[in-house]
Amino acid sequence: MHVSMFKKLPEPGTSLLTLYIDDEPVEAEPGETVAAVLLRPQRPASRSTPVNQSPRAPFCMMGVCFDCLAVVDGAASTQTCLVTVREGMRIVRQLGRRSVHA
Amino acid sequence: MSRRFDVVVIGAGPAGMRTAIGLRALNMTVLVVDEQAAPGGQIWRAVETVAATPTGQLLGAEYRAGADLAAQFRACGAAYEAQTQVWQIEPGWRVFLKCNGQAEAVQAAHVVLATGAQERPAPFPGWTLPGVLTVGAGQILLKTSRQIPAEPVWIAGSGPLPILYMAQLLRAGGKIAGWLDTSPSGGWRRALPWAGAALADWAEIGKGLTWLREIRHAGVRRVRGVTAFRALGDGQLQTLEYEQAGGHVTRVAASVLLAHEGVVPSVHMGLALNCTHSWNTQQSCLAPDLDIWGQTSQPGIYVAGDGAGIGGAKAACVRGELVALGIGLHMGRLSSQDAAARAAPVRKTLQRLLRLRPMLDALYPPRADIATPSDDTIVCRCEELTAGDVRKAVAIAAPGPNQIKAFTRAGMGPCQGRQCGYTIAHIVAAAQERQVAEVGFYRIRPPLKPLTLGELASLDINEEST
Repeated sequence: MHVSMFKKLPEPGTSLLTLYIDDEPVEAEPGETVAAVLLRPQRPASRSTPVNQSPRAPFCMMGVCFDCLAVVDGAASTQTCLVTVREGMRIVRQLGRRSVHA
Repeated sequence: MSRRFDVVVIGAGPAGMRTAIGLRALNMTVLVVDEQAAPGGQIWRAVETVAATPTGQLLGAEYRAGADLAAQFRACGAAYEAQTQVWQIEPGWRVFLKCNGQAEAVQAAHVVLATGAQERPAPFPGWTLPGVLTVGAGQILLKTSRQIPAEPVWIAGSGPLPILYMAQLLRAGGKIAGWLDTSPSGGWRRALPWAGAALADWAEIGKGLTWLREIRHAGVRRVRGVTAFRALGDGQLQTLEYEQAGGHVTRVAASVLLAHEGVVPSVHMGLALNCTHSWNTQQSCLAPDLDIWGQTSQPGIYVAGDGAGIGGAKAACVRGELVALGIGLHMGRLSSQDAAARAAPVRKTLQRLLRLRPMLDALYPPRADIATPSDDTIVCRCEELTAGDVRKAVAIAAPGPNQIKAFTRAGMGPCQGRQCGYTIAHIVAAAQERQVAEVGFYRIRPPLKPLTLGELASLDINEEST
């Protein structure tokens, strides 16, 4: 059974935007990083590694571990902890080795 | 023509902001670049937008204090470019940047490395599983996203940060399953030689004691004397296993584990520039050798803030002031008498701010098995190499960290040794019965951050012929 690892504290009156993780719409707040959003869905892994395909999720949130890599609006291996969410952004989980076409 | 500045400052945390303000007061042209979307560094992440909110309230006064400096920084007249990474610095100085898929080289007479610190990589079995993060990551999620662990969280490690984060998390209504305290017993005895400093800085000590009181009042379970732990699960963290002094092992259910074993200076840029570094035994890390103005062994390259040695946000600001004065002196904006007169009270403040540090180092040494992880522990997260893999390579010959890199690919993944460098050095040192300081560190090569061929191609190199 998979449960959500993280949740947001409620704050009334905050505006929301929508982005897509593997084509599924997800709500986020302006100013958040993509990595923070990737930690909320029930499916916890945000990528799998190129070496052994083992699952990984954001770990350091400060740009030094490179475990939060994902395809962001077509750009593969993007450090999602350094990217701020935008309306309509499309995130694709990066599974295994990145493709040269991505 | 490439853009040209008197000074390029790398990092917009406390040190970078304060350096820029000081340089602007001396009328120098300054570019500040930073990876994050807003100024503040890790300690004051998102402080401009969060300080005045309920989240700013629960994060505390020290966090909110960052908003003033950020406002001064915004008004100081330095060019500031966010979400920008530095991937190479060449003599001259040319600082190679990338932002939004576009690369650029800018020129600077002086470069200030204000890249701060990172959490000390502290490998344990299962630390790559989704659900395992650092305490720093947990705190950043609280600062930037008002995000907390959904279920009661396990905290493991030692140092002031876990205590602060637990207090903040409790104020936010979060739940803590337990705190695996890995600091070796006898902390106060080790700290005793600095009792004088502690008394003089009672306000600082008092803050820590207040956090501990909040944690105790909330009834958080503190498991003392934890010597080792491992994270287990299928695809994500499900079970946590910990061992206490005496060998007693306990298994508990867990969905999120936040671990922390102190912070270490970010040294990659200075190492790549061949600045000399020394091993700091008390903080178990490398730190650059600096003169009284924060200048490295490479004239024109300075280090301000925690990158110079861990001292905290206030000390980082003061070090930034000193670097600004030093550059003012070296650029002829200040006479040597003027610079010395201005620096004297700043140095006194810095001394006072660093007085407590040796005591904190003595209280919270990193857990012993960080340096000697079990064979099944992944040490290089990127290349998924275990301590056992590395030990096998060490047994082949008598290699240093750079031969291990060549043999195994440890340190050759995207993080470029930021997570495994110290562990590899410790494993090599242990196998060869040498001091880790003698064994050395990876040779750090460009690009300092991964760069796509497209980004490289976007670099305007026509300027070379002009």
